[in-house]
Amino acid sequence: MKILTGNDLATGDVIWWTGSGWSRHVEESADVGEKGDEIAQTEAAARRVNGPYIIDASRDEAGIRPAHIKDRIRALGPTVRLDLSLKPADPTVGTWVI
Amino acid sequence: MAEDIIRFRDDEPHEEPAVSLDAFLDQSNATAVRVEAGEDARRLIPFLDRLALIEVDFPRFRDGRGYSSARILREAGYKGELRASGDVLVDQMLFMRRCGFDSFAPDAPIDPDVLDAALNRYPYVYQTAADAAVPVWKLRHG
Amino acid sequence: MYRYDHYDQAIVDARVDEFRDQTARRLAGQMTEDQFKPLRLKNGLYLQLHAYMLRIAIPYGTLNSRQLRMLGHIARTYDRGYGHFTTRQNIQYHWIKLQDAPDILAELATVEMHAIQTSGESIRNISADQYAGAAADEICDPRPWAELIRQATTFHPEFSYLPRKFKIALIASPTDRAALRWHDLALRIVRNEAGEEGFEVFAGGGMGRTPFIAYPIRAFCPADQIFSYIQAVLRVWNSHARRDNIHKQRMKILVHDLGHEEFTRQVEEAFAHILTLGTDFPRAEYERIAAYFAPPPFETGLPDEIDRADPDFALWVDRQTAPHKAPGYAIVNISLKRVGGIGGDITAEQMEAVADLAERYSFDDIRVTHGQNLVLPHVRKQDLYAVWQALDAAGLADVNLDLVTDIIACPGLDYCSLANARSIPIAQKIAQRFADIDRQLELGELKIKISGCINACGHHHAGHIGILGVDRKGTENYQLLLGGSGAEDTSLGKITGPGFDEDGIVDAVEKTTDVYLRERQDGERFLDTYRRIGVEPFKEAIYG
Repeated sequence: MKILTGNDLATGDVIWWTGSGWSRHVEESADVGEKGDEIAQTEAAARRVNGPYIIDASRDEAGIRPAHIKDRIRALGPTVRLDLSLKPADPTVGTWVI
Repeated sequence: MAEDIIRFRDDEPHEEPAVSLDAFLDQSNATAVRVEAGEDARRLIPFLDRLALIEVDFPRFRDGRGYSSARILREAGYKGELRASGDVLVDQMLFMRRCGFDSFAPDAPIDPDVLDAALNRYPYVYQTAADAAVPVWKLRHG
Repeated sequence: MYRYDHYDQAIVDARVDEFRDQTARRLAGQMTEDQFKPLRLKNGLYLQLHAYMLRIAIPYGTLNSRQLRMLGHIARTYDRGYGHFTTRQNIQYHWIKLQDAPDILAELATVEMHAIQTSGESIRNISADQYAGAAADEICDPRPWAELIRQATTFHPEFSYLPRKFKIALIASPTDRAALRWHDLALRIVRNEAGEEGFEVFAGGGMGRTPFIAYPIRAFCPADQIFSYIQAVLRVWNSHARRDNIHKQRMKILVHDLGHEEFTRQVEEAFAHILTLGTDFPRAEYERIAAYFAPPPFETGLPDEIDRADPDFALWVDRQTAPHKAPGYAIVNISLKRVGGIGGDITAEQMEAVADLAERYSFDDIRVTHGQNLVLPHVRKQDLYAVWQALDAAGLADVNLDLVTDIIACPGLDYCSLANARSIPIAQKIAQRFADIDRQLELGELKIKISGCINACGHHHAGHIGILGVDRKGTENYQLLLGGSGAEDTSLGKITGPGFDEDGIVDAVEKTTDVYLRERQDGERFLDTYRRIGVEPFKEAIYG
């Protein structure tokens, strides 16, 4: 699947396109199919996202998994500071990134 | 075009269209010349007294070669109109003024209030440049 | 240290106002991101993986306690309780909101700090010897010149849209603690035969994908003419550098393409011209600045003896302190490289602890080092035990200066949008492998430097052992380099061969150190042995 991501313009938070808006949680991403560029353009122009880009991802039992490690780190947080990640209570979450 | 030009000079705008640097150096009776980014402004130094307008082009606002061109021309004694044209944005114009540009032909319109604030924001400067601003080292030591 | 007068303060305050206005215009849609990005970068504000990152200038690595407490306050208020010291003696925060950035700058301005020119295609914050004013081997304190150059290069109207970044380093000692010749412009204060101070100048250094060690371009530039000379260098580069390929726009590429003789000739021609313009700061301005750097009131008659009864303390003293020019004083190095931690990271509480110690024991003076550690430059030897105890309580009394666990690593793929691989986990694994202090001391001086991409922020080219993370078909892969140096014996490391995975690179480092231990002769550091025997025995051990 293709999903759309970027950073919130004002806060810098990593955000994912849900089909109707932006979420901080990758598992809420929508498959944008061929529409990614169009959505990216509209949303960037409306200043709801900074630097949007389309990535490959797959859906498995754990949720949505970006194809590249860089976007998995973006989805979670720094692997060396899992206490600051989106899932600080989950000690196994680091293995999801690798 | 003239109405889109922002000028900081009291004389009348120069009407003759600018010729390219190569064309100028070939026939050299022109009084207005255009220097592209990457062209060596020093080639104009022998002819400065017959020039009324030098236009320095900024193909992209991040391309800073034109700042050096302006300084070189002013340091060589050029007193005529020095115009920055092209991708000239409001946030670059203070430094352009300090480098000696006294007219601007930006591709996109400039908000006059933002420009006014930008040009007057800094009360002091650290360096001597092509403008009249007195550097702080001189203010400190009288 | 230098203190702002009302001119300096007015300029920094105006910058806060300007950035507040620029940020508001961006958030209101009056500027595109393409237009805003160079403006925010000139103010040290990047967009990184998880948030914006703000890099704050620490000119020539010098801080007072009030400033360090402010950095702690910013960590706590606007970030997540910590900051990260960089190899150019600055600090950066990785969890910043764009909408907060103007307020942060306003807070910084109250303690005479800013983020001006800490990124972007500008003249960056100048770096200098962290032992300045304290080193037993310096010919003078380089900081007055560093401050003069800081002012001269701040908001320089001609050189604010340069082809690429431009980094200046300055030292005044034969020992190089600032990675001098890895800079675009490297200045060393020397004396000529008449005993006058001036600058030996090197140009065109830099790491990145095309590493070069700076060439000597002038043996002696009279001190009062240094600003003209810097402007000459910048003008030649700004006028003639390529602008069509961002990877070919650093000054090192121009110096290389023109040849350093031709580059030098053009600089000299421009220098002769610029000298006539009267842009150099007068001697009186140098003297005004230098007065701020007068030596602190060192006590005389202090004992040099240190009570070494506590063996842990003795170990720390031997490794973490350096000779001071004043009798009875020592330079204290504070390690930010705890095994299991993140090199260069420091919590708000630790910043406050160091600020307290500086105020009480080091004439309110703190330095940030090129190696991402801290220094208390002026500590009475009789106070060392108390300082050590307080550092220990703050988790800052580690012993590893210049040892195998004192690793420089860039933030890497854990934080950085440019990175191809993570750096910090590699540093952590190596540190854990070599954690035993006796083993570290046995290996002696050994500088490991790790970058997560070819931009080389982790200085892998200059590591005795360098590691470069690359992306190999979507997985992290690490190349090993040997023989680099960022010290006075500057050299460029060489890649040994095919890369490794995360565990493989740690094994390769260990095998490399085994070869050293086997082959070394009396008194040889790792680097000396490598230079004597060459790369082959190491390759054999690693790949054989």
